[in-house]
Amino acid sequence: MDVSVTVNGQPQRHDVEPRTLLVQFLRESCDLTGTKVGCDTSSCGACTVLVDGESVKSCTMLAAQADGSSITTIEGLAQGGLQHPVQQAFAEHHGLQCGYCTSGMVLAAVSFLDENPNPTEADVRLGLEGNLCRCTGYHNIVQAVLAAARSR
Amino acid sequence: MRKRSAKPPLALPCRPVKPAPFEYHAPATTADALAVLAEHGDEAKPLAGGQSLVPMLALRLTRFGHLVDLNRVPELAGIERHNGTVTVGTMTRQADLERSPDAAAVPLLGLATPLIGHFQIRNRGTVGGSIAHADPAGELPAVVLTLDAQLDIASASGTRTVSASEFFEGTWTTVVGDDELLTAVHFPVWADGAGFAVDEVARRLGDFALVGVVCGVELDGSSKVTRAAIGLLGMGGTPLRAAAAEQALVGTAPTDDELTEIGRLAVADLDPPADIHASTEYRSSVGAHVVKRALRTALERAGG
Repeated sequence: MDVSVTVNGQPQRHDVEPRTLLVQFLRESCDLTGTKVGCDTSSCGACTVLVDGESVKSCTMLAAQADGSSITTIEGLAQGGLQHPVQQAFAEHHGLQCGYCTSGMVLAAVSFLDENPNPTEADVRLGLEGNLCRCTGYHNIVQAVLAAARSR
Repeated sequence: MRKRSAKPPLALPCRPVKPAPFEYHAPATTADALAVLAEHGDEAKPLAGGQSLVPMLALRLTRFGHLVDLNRVPELAGIERHNGTVTVGTMTRQADLERSPDAAAVPLLGLATPLIGHFQIRNRGTVGGSIAHADPAGELPAVVLTLDAQLDIASASGTRTVSASEFFEGTWTTVVGDDELLTAVHFPVWADGAGFAVDEVARRLGDFALVGVVCGVELDGSSKVTRAAIGLLGMGGTPLRAAAAEQALVGTAPTDDELTEIGRLAVADLDPPADIHASTEYRSSVGAHVVKRALRTALERAGG
């Protein structure tokens, strides 16, 4: 079936099987491999993307369900050659080690900060409960999100 | 690691797929959705928010020949308050329920919903999907049972309404037939001043609860309980009501010791499941404590 979406502002139209998961569509059909597959069961958040502005785990959505929608992946956050403030904050505060969780973490943080522009540290920890990182122990990730909130 | 630049040319697109194949239906109306279900029976499965179903399909724990995606049926979503009832359409997102001023008339919805999964999951997950999925550790099924909600179930031949006490049959099993769809849930609004609490023990935030309690109390002028409802999750194959504990609570202004006893009474006749995370004994012991803790909170919120 044909699936037509806008990904990071660019139209994408691909013929895929109905059983194609959104994360597979993004990685394999759109060739946007910044979105990672982690647990495949909506537990880890590595595959988080924004669908019509709301964060979702793209392993639990069919590409067919996204037909007609607008998707933002990690590749689409930078504007005019400048990283998104959340990306900058992750870099400045060393909010990553291996990087596998990072794109999902950043997109979850972007979505979280849209809804909670002035979060406390506890708010950030609660807000990112759906994103697992096996390297950092979260401390620098939380500091990065707080710094991004302050910089907005 | 695969080198993307060295991809061999392929005559046919070769892309990874995880679920078994199915035919995808995206009806625009409830009637169209019911017609597909009527045609395909147990070969068809409604797809609501997909937060349980899609992982189960991807892991091939289940498979269906036909998926009926309800996400393009606008009439199935929405929250309305009528006299004494809040009606929630089956495709209402859990995130929308959290934010809804109308749903605030049923405080248990606002207390229970943030405990479902993570915010990304609640952005997609639906009220009806969670209830019809009927996970015994699910929060919304326990709220449905605790509040004696009424559930509308439609098929191509009409709509029936069933009580929460008749709805849940077992783990992941309800009275909704293969050709039927849960379309709306009616939650009763309790009196002003009623107190509610949801409390659960999970290994991590957002994980399924090992044990959970959903409760509500109403008090009279002398702080005696006039109405009590206690629901348990994770303690059996379905959400459960602690009827004996409810009866023991009504008419009292319970002391701390009496609440301990009511907690024990709530789990006394249960045989909760054992799994890798918690034994039967652990669930019973923790369950009694969580009932007490939740009731104390609900009583405080009710001004008791």
